[in-house]
Amino acid sequence: MEYFCGIDIGASAAKLVIVDNQGHIAGKAMQRSGVDYTQTARTLLDQSAAEAAIDPAQIVRSLSTGYGRDNVPWSDGKMTEIACHGRGAYFHFQKRMTVIDIGAQDSKIIHLDAGGRRISFKMNRKCAAGTGAFLEEIAHRLALDISELNALAERSTKNEPLGSFCTVFAATEVLARIRAGVDVADIVRGAFCSVVNRIVEMDRVEGLLVATGGVVAHNPFLATLLGRALDTEAHMPPDPQYTGAFGAALFAMQQSRKGQ
Amino acid sequence: MAQTAEPKKIQATGKMKGLMGQYFTELMGEEPSGNKMAWCTSVGPAELLRAMGFDVYFPENHGAMLGATRMATDLIPLANAHGFSPDICSYLTSDVGAYLKGESPFQKLGLPGPPKADVLVYNTNQCRDVKDWFQFYSRQWDVPCIGIETPRSIGEVDLTIVQAIAKKIKSLITPLEDVSGEKFDMDKLKDVVSLSKECTMLWKAVLETAAKAPSPLTFFDGTVQMGPAVVLRGTTGAVEYYKLLLAELEQRVADGVAAVEGESHRIYWEGMPIWGKLRDLSTQFMELQTAVVASTYCNSWIYEDLDPDHPFMGMARAYSELFICRSDDYKEKYMAKMIEKFSIDGVVYHDSKTCPNNSNNRYDLPKRLETKTGKPFVVINGDLNDLRLYSEEQSRTNIEAFVEQLAGA
Repeated sequence: MEYFCGIDIGASAAKLVIVDNQGHIAGKAMQRSGVDYTQTARTLLDQSAAEAAIDPAQIVRSLSTGYGRDNVPWSDGKMTEIACHGRGAYFHFQKRMTVIDIGAQDSKIIHLDAGGRRISFKMNRKCAAGTGAFLEEIAHRLALDISELNALAERSTKNEPLGSFCTVFAATEVLARIRAGVDVADIVRGAFCSVVNRIVEMDRVEGLLVATGGVVAHNPFLATLLGRALDTEAHMPPDPQYTGAFGAALFAMQQSRKGQ
Repeated sequence: MAQTAEPKKIQATGKMKGLMGQYFTELMGEEPSGNKMAWCTSVGPAELLRAMGFDVYFPENHGAMLGATRMATDLIPLANAHGFSPDICSYLTSDVGAYLKGESPFQKLGLPGPPKADVLVYNTNQCRDVKDWFQFYSRQWDVPCIGIETPRSIGEVDLTIVQAIAKKIKSLITPLEDVSGEKFDMDKLKDVVSLSKECTMLWKAVLETAAKAPSPLTFFDGTVQMGPAVVLRGTTGAVEYYKLLLAELEQRVADGVAAVEGESHRIYWEGMPIWGKLRDLSTQFMELQTAVVASTYCNSWIYEDLDPDHPFMGMARAYSELFICRSDDYKEKYMAKMIEKFSIDGVVYHDSKTCPNNSNNRYDLPKRLETKTGKPFVVINGDLNDLRLYSEEQSRTNIEAFVEQLAGA
């Protein structure tokens, strides 16, 4: 059996996936990207290989993606997270689709045709609005753990987004709502609505809507709100936080077959 | 993966540096020419000023130098604190910051810094900021600031516009005579316009060598090579330089020499250069085996309508035909032609935060052009000089992802 590896070193979390030659996930691992990407990559490789019960030497080809894609010395190639999230999402749905990847530091809207070929893409501007960093800031302001946000947002019934483009100004809006005695669940839902608004205004959505990335993995209700805002259903692949790494592993397999 | 690549050196560049150095020395060196000093916008009536015996200084060139040397990063905040918003032209804020601090890249050339103007002459065909910029110095030095208010978003450059602008240019003569103390001479103007036209047509020929595949030069080369077309048009030095450069590039074409080894994709750069990141961007594109072969920016110093026989009407038309002051309909048609002529695979739009007038992605033009030409695009957020507005990582990823897309990923 041949194996292929994809590693996605993101702004917040690093994810690694090993697939077999059918594209089935044999092993995966994730940890915070930290400050030593090379070491993080090595640790994840060892953990994933152990889970897959293989020797890393059995990996035929590896491909890195994400902010840290240049910091994986054993990788055989690299591609952007835009390509890899598209490829990972397409594997599961095989349709004309718009992939919305919400990461810690940036958001991407990726348009794929019915054959999985990328038509266009758009990243957020130099701004944290509409990203995981925004939610982290709001959680901090509300003295909440980031893991508490999804349940709180789901509990609220009020869709009152924070209006500001700017994360800092949005945090000021949060302070105003705290002062006004607004329920914390409503504030969190407002923050979710704000993220959704920032994404919806980035680009058009055509075809199947697929949400990927760590933010929807940990906050699936945000994907639900995204679907509602776009008057469609938001689909999520299995393990959406691993979609980029999975896509990278699929590219590694494809490149290996092409003899690159 | 591709190897780290070095740009191929254009041999003529040494001559260009000498020519530019001589020009700067004549303007700012220890031996004054005795001529009056006029500041002029880069797409302003330089021909008239030269014909009237002024030494002509172009502060936008200084702005670009402040950006390229990244001195702008420290200087812009000084202008912000003085009262100029961080949202306005960062050439203006860089230059004013440099003035306030008394620093300039010219000092590295052993020169004192920008020369004090006796008169400042603008053309608002680019933007209002150039006028505001010149008026700052006009107040500082108590010298006249005069110019031309060109209409904006022009569709057809019709006779009404040309006649009005020509009349406005003529109206500058008397105040300029008052400053220079010399009478206007039509024959001198015709000579200067003739040289300017020759320069500009040679510059066009230089840029058009990039229509060949592989391209012998890139946009990044162009941002360096354009110096004489900006600051020395109307002189024999500029004409001679571009003859030399053109010959070298034509030889490259004949020999099949590519500016980007293994050229696989051809890109159009729309918008301002990101001066402080030109080297990094050039390297990234080379590593991606992608040649940026054409740009609106470098083409902005091609003035085909200059006419030595009718200098005022010719200048009026040439400076109103400029891309930046045209309507989106015109821009769309122009770019579609360029995309075809240069065999472009995709367009990179630079949305320059402090240069709205030269950020052409903001009114849905990219989508319309993509529909019309079938060529995809990507938008990079940044700025011409203010690197606080630039995200290195996002730009790098955007460009890399775009080239992946062109390759069919």
